[in-house]
Amino acid sequence: MIDISLGHYLFLGAIIFTIGIVGIFLNRKNVIVLLMSIELILISANINLVAFSVYLQDIVGQVFTMFVLTVAAGEAAIGLAILVVFFRNKGSIHVEDINTLKG
Amino acid sequence: MIELQNIFPEIFLTLSLLLLLIAGVFLKNSFSLIKKITIILLLICIPLVYVNYDNQILIFNNNYSINNFSNLLKIIILISSAFSLIFTGQYLKRLKIEKFEYMILILCSTLGMFVMVSTNNLIGLYLGIELQSLSLYVLSSIDRNSLKSSESGVKYFVLGALSSGLFLYGCSLIYGFTGSTNYLIINENFTVENIGLIFGLVFVIVGLAFKVSAVPFHMWTPDVYEGSPTAVTAFFALAPKVAGMGAFIQILFVAFGGAFAEWKTIIIFISVASMILGSVAAIGQTNIKRLMAYSSIGHMGYGLAGLATGSLSGISATLSYIFIYVVMNIAAFTSILFFSRDKKYCEDIRDLGGLSKNHPVVAVCFCIILFSLAGIPPLAGFFAKFYIFKSVIESEMYILAVIGLLSSVISAFYYLRIIKIMYFDTEQEKFDDISGLGMKFSLFSSSFLILFYFINPSFLVNITEIASKVFN
Repeated sequence: MIDISLGHYLFLGAIIFTIGIVGIFLNRKNVIVLLMSIELILISANINLVAFSVYLQDIVGQVFTMFVLTVAAGEAAIGLAILVVFFRNKGSIHVEDINTLKG
Repeated sequence: MIELQNIFPEIFLTLSLLLLLIAGVFLKNSFSLIKKITIILLLICIPLVYVNYDNQILIFNNNYSINNFSNLLKIIILISSAFSLIFTGQYLKRLKIEKFEYMILILCSTLGMFVMVSTNNLIGLYLGIELQSLSLYVLSSIDRNSLKSSESGVKYFVLGALSSGLFLYGCSLIYGFTGSTNYLIINENFTVENIGLIFGLVFVIVGLAFKVSAVPFHMWTPDVYEGSPTAVTAFFALAPKVAGMGAFIQILFVAFGGAFAEWKTIIIFISVASMILGSVAAIGQTNIKRLMAYSSIGHMGYGLAGLATGSLSGISATLSYIFIYVVMNIAAFTSILFFSRDKKYCEDIRDLGGLSKNHPVVAVCFCIILFSLAGIPPLAGFFAKFYIFKSVIESEMYILAVIGLLSSVISAFYYLRIIKIMYFDTEQEKFDDISGLGMKFSLFSSSFLILFYFINPSFLVNITEIASKVFN
């Protein structure tokens, strides 16, 4: 058995964060995937915060996490609402179809 | 209880936005009424902030600071929010987006900006940024039946949420390696040898640079400015920039004051990149809102150049710059809202031909505004740039000053091109008649301020110098 230390949690957080960023920039299909990638980034920050909070024996990190979870829920709701409005006008939520504005 | 007295403006805004929300639900066709009440409430809030103007205190366990700096920024934010409502009523009615939610959202984001400029804690900063941005995402797609508006909402949402995520990741690293989210404790425990902290610092700066639309994190700005309804674009160009800059100054100088050598290079880079891109990329633009977007990117570059000096005179120059930038943008967007033919708003600058013959007064005002944006003396825009370059040269960063001057010369080209179109191009169809008291008031008052700023420039300089002493 290996001991799971702070470093392991931070590494996990970094991997999830990277997956989220790569998901945003490489995704060429669906806007919903973008929303999922954004959630991943927030989750990676939460993992970091909770791991640090336990490591430092300090409750602030967990309080911060609760705030972040709440904000993430609101953000997802607003994101989906905007997406519904966009779908009504365009009839598609493919990333390649978000191309009216450019220059 | 003593502590609550100091956040009266925030409490006042919160209660008024909740009450207005209820009023809007129960009253039918309440757009004009709620708009008027909102403007009055925002203006009442200015004396509420001013009452405590000279207080210098930290409340809520050092997590919230009330001082000259935050009060000055709050007053600028209130002025810009109020004006962005004063001059846009007619536009919203013509576009049939006369929804009372518009005002509620503006109040919500104003509250978020208050928290951003005042907070002394990473949690508070994150919540303030989110309260502001979530309202702005909805505002940008408020014209539900327009493809452009909803698309700009999607773009703004995705990139804004990404930047909040980067910012949050940076916060988590800083919290972990300093053991606190309070700026003062972060400053005590900050060690530049710790690579994790440097990563956190970079992520936080990236997140905030997104919010003030500094290069290389500017890519949302032109699209969102073009797609959103012009009234919303005007609001985007005003208050969020002030709040973003305020949060930038607060976190760089209070939390990371000890790591000046580390963040200096980053700020110089994004400042130079913003100035150059803001002037070069705008040359080919034909849409006036896109052009204003690049212009605001460039202006943010000048503002950040003041921060890169790291000196008190640099902060005070940045604050003066922000104030004059707000006045110029109020004037510019009011004039843009005057350009309409057959109730349709012109956004292409080639359509402005013959404005000087149809509306000579508006043309003269817009001419003054464009000269001021280009930084030509003796208008206010010149003084703003002058303060920045003065503090940059005092800190012996000559290359930064030279690049700034060159890019301001380049940017003069596209401002002057609009003036050429207004005055010398052939006249097209007639523009609509001018109406709307609020628009006239905001155009004339702001042009007046730009034109006669040189009479008493020391007024603004004194205020910003006092505000910058907070960071001593």
